[in-house]
Amino acid sequence: MTDSAGPQRGAAGPHPAHGASTPDARGPLEPAPVQPSPLEPPPPGAPTLDRADRRAILRQGVSVALATGAYGVSVGALSVTAGLSVWQTCVLSLVMFTGGSQFAFVGIIGTGGVAAAPAAIAAGSMLGVRNGLYALELQRLLGVGGWRTPAAAHLTIDESTAVAVAQPDPRGSRFGFWVTGVAVFVLWNLATLVGALVGNALGDPRAYGLDAAACAAFTALLWPRLRDREMVAIAVVAALVAVALLPMLPAGIPVVLAALAALIAGRPR
Amino acid sequence: MTLWAAVIVAAVIAFALKLAGYLVPESLLAHPRARRVTAAIPVAMLAALVATQTLGGPQGTLVVDARVAAVGVAVVALVLRAPFIVVVVLGAATAAALRAVGWG
Repeated sequence: MTDSAGPQRGAAGPHPAHGASTPDARGPLEPAPVQPSPLEPPPPGAPTLDRADRRAILRQGVSVALATGAYGVSVGALSVTAGLSVWQTCVLSLVMFTGGSQFAFVGIIGTGGVAAAPAAIAAGSMLGVRNGLYALELQRLLGVGGWRTPAAAHLTIDESTAVAVAQPDPRGSRFGFWVTGVAVFVLWNLATLVGALVGNALGDPRAYGLDAAACAAFTALLWPRLRDREMVAIAVVAALVAVALLPMLPAGIPVVLAALAALIAGRPR
Repeated sequence: MTLWAAVIVAAVIAFALKLAGYLVPESLLAHPRARRVTAAIPVAMLAALVATQTLGGPQGTLVVDARVAAVGVAVVALVLRAPFIVVVVLGAATAAALRAVGWG
């Protein structure tokens, strides 16, 4: 959802962090024909996380969720000031449940109205592609199957992935994933509802700087991703392309086209 | 397209993308170049969103107003490692304050 969970990566937990985000680094996962729910005690005799481990992971997940909740309030408020109803805002949070995409969607609706809906959908979806990449990483790590697959998919976001990959062993990863995912889901939905109600109650959003809050939020989402010079170059090119196209194309389309700057990362090396 | 339809389509696509990651064989995206490009998409999109939301005016015009100052303050806050919500609130407060004194 946000990258605010980024610094959590490997930061907490009683074990030394692995650093590697690839599940390969932890060795083969044990086959698990029946997945014990991470929220229930495992069957007797099963190797288990000790209580201190669980507490540390739980604390990590909840603190990430609290931080995300604060962000949810601003998304909710911006959503209603962009023209979505409180209900539409809640459906986005419940079903879309990925903050960056929600933000992009309401931002483009806010500037272009319903006419910009195709661009808003495209921008939201392109930002959501990364969740699919997280899922690729997590499918081995979580070992989910059956009805748990759609549940895990729904909770696959920046925060749950970051906490899961930060744990040094697969059992901790699974616990961290579910705890963080559920905690963020609950707080995110409450927070966007509160934000939507507050946003509805406020008058002119510009007077409160809510439009600038969106700019600041996108900046804060981008910031931790500018890890190397290539990412900075991609960001600069994308920003220039978007601004150059802004006067010529309907709202939202420049953002979608600017995503082509990502092709820079595919150059031969 | 109604706004409701857009909300539902966007939400369903977002879920489908997550689910696809659990259902497709990993080899589908194994090509390192494809992976690098897909990993870079959020950077490009977020940078484009920062630029257009900050400089976009009515009917595709470019405008420099209080939002530019807000992004400047946000960057300073990020350099100082402020948490996300502090960055957002500082951005909003900067723009609100400038507008209250009649600029932007």
